[in-house]
Amino acid sequence: MEILVCVKRVPDAAENEISVGAEGADIRRDDLVYSVNEWDNYAVEEAVQIVEREGGNVTIVSMGDGDAEEVVRREMAMGATQGLLLTDAAFDGSDGLGIATILAAAARKRQYDLILTGALADDGAGQVGGMLAALLDWPYASVVNKIETKDGKSLRIGREIEGGTQEISDIETPCVLSIQTGINEPRYVGIRGIRKVASIEIPVLDAGALGIDAATVGATAANVRRIDYFVPQLGASAEMIEGSTEEVAGKLVDLLKAKGGIR
Amino acid sequence: MDARVFVYVAHEDGKADDSALELVTAARSMFPGSSPVALVAGSGIDAVCQETAASYGEVWKFDQAALAYPNAELLRPLLVKVLPTGAMLLLPHNTFGLDLGPGLSVKRGVTYVPDVVGVDGLEGTTLKIVRQEFAGQVSAHVHCAVAKGAVITVRSGAFRPAEGGPAAGQIVDRSADATGLSARRTFVELIQAEAGDIDITREDVLVSVGRGIGEKENIALVEDLAEAMGATVSCSRPIVDAKWLDRPRQVGTSGKTVKPKVYLALGISGSFQHLGGIKGNPFLLAINKNPKAPIFQAATVGVVADLMELLPVLTEKIRKSR
Ligand SMILES: Cc1cc2nc3c(=O)[nH]c(=O)nc-3n(C[C@H](O)[C@H](O)[C@H](O)COP(=O)(O)OP(=O)(O)OC[C@H]3O[C@@H](n4cnc5c(N)ncnc54)[C@H](O)[C@@H]3O)c2cc1C
Repeated sequence: MEILVCVKRVPDAAENEISVGAEGADIRRDDLVYSVNEWDNYAVEEAVQIVEREGGNVTIVSMGDGDAEEVVRREMAMGATQGLLLTDAAFDGSDGLGIATILAAAARKRQYDLILTGALADDGAGQVGGMLAALLDWPYASVVNKIETKDGKSLRIGREIEGGTQEISDIETPCVLSIQTGINEPRYVGIRGIRKVASIEIPVLDAGALGIDAATVGATAANVRRIDYFVPQLGASAEMIEGSTEEVAGKLVDLLKAKGGIR
Repeated sequence: MDARVFVYVAHEDGKADDSALELVTAARSMFPGSSPVALVAGSGIDAVCQETAASYGEVWKFDQAALAYPNAELLRPLLVKVLPTGAMLLLPHNTFGLDLGPGLSVKRGVTYVPDVVGVDGLEGTTLKIVRQEFAGQVSAHVHCAVAKGAVITVRSGAFRPAEGGPAAGQIVDRSADATGLSARRTFVELIQAEAGDIDITREDVLVSVGRGIGEKENIALVEDLAEAMGATVSCSRPIVDAKWLDRPRQVGTSGKTVKPKVYLALGISGSFQHLGGIKGNPFLLAINKNPKAPIFQAATVGVVADLMELLPVLTEKIRKSR
């Protein structure tokens, strides 16, 4: 199977305290630790496992500036044979549809049987996979937590819906699936793994190479525009307990006792 | 703008989803003066339509055997067909909305507005909304051009449910429009989550651990604390994904809904998917090293601390206090 996996380089929300920069124009990015979007890492692992089982190739694609190359290479080291970087100043400020349009152009350059994305990234929208499928006119399924290859024409998949219930469906290929965390256990990538793919050239494609009319992507085409970031002023937030570790622990014991937390 | 506004009413076992009433409020605050039309699709849905007609002035009913299960791949072409040009459609931002919405916006050629948590107003054809990014750590003002229409998903709990008054809405049977639908994805079955030995939904005191615990070995610190308290250990999703604890212990929209009296959130950031599983307004104690973690907005009491330092001391003090 020929599988394309779309990945995004994001600030690691678990590692970073995200704060808003001057006038809310952006978050403060100076000291951020970046990594691959958590969901995408599961998507890459799933693609690699399918290819290990059935044969074929995994291609990693990312839209982003030069910094995204490191993420593409790290994900390639999990077992992909090719990488693609989609970079053009004209892509800046794209909304979800713009990004899906750019990825769709990359997907049309080759024949893929399956495209995987993460279910969600740092903006929480969860939109690119579904839009990509619609642009390609392929069937789609979101929050996928199981993929079994059936015959050459379809897959048996599970979607993880509310309450952890698994919704089983059959879906025709080619299709786009957005992957939920927990579908597998992503393998560890060490320095050696990354060195192995260090010499593979990652083609960089711009709007021209992708055959994209620059007017259909980027900030000018975007129907959805972020005006600024802010930290909401919420009325009722937690009563904060301060002091030395000893003091805090002492206060917590009293509180927990009073609230019935210690039985 | 006087666009027509529609709400997709999700339902299960003959009852409308909680989102049905929240989306009325969301629709009215986004498009003042509009009277949203409810779309109800399924098989044998008279009861849901009647229930919905109590809070919507108009209900479009699509009753077909093929729609017995809400397969987004089947519903998308139906909605493309029946929604008028320029219409706004509101959906819940859950696994169904994620499945249906993005592709629907593309197929309709309209703007996609995902996961709305607040509304700043409508100015001309610009819808001004509030979203959250970076797992809720920051919010964003977002402007959306909706002149051609929109597909909008709304976060659960962000809008108050509308008072279900006796609107005595009109039910319009549009089932004939829902014939001959086909999809390249077919529903097979639902597999319920495994039950497991423990049932965190019945516990009064939960000690819940998140990714902030760092390593599998450190889970023991949390188990020690829970034992000292006489409480049960639960967790956030990444802990289950990493297989550090079993799935029946996961709290959240894709895990269990719990109703404890006391809930400890240890190294949990406070995503809406996690908080969505905590009901009944417990005494919520959050311990997190990041003072800006969203969990502190939901917590009753908060401590900014490193779990590795605080947990052993706390456990020891509880043991001694007995
Ligand atoms: C469809 C869908 C369904 C989902 N369902 C669920 C669900 O049911 N339940 C669920 O929980 N999630 C669910 N999620 C995932 C959810 O979006 C979040 O990713 C998840 O809740 C984050 O878990 P967390 O808070 O443990 O980790 P993180 O968000 O990574 O937070 C870790 C926290 O630990 C703190 N920390 C780090 N180190 C320390 C330390 N030494 N001491 C103290 N604090 C520390 C950090 O400051 C941070 O706030 C779902 C997502 C999707 C897309």
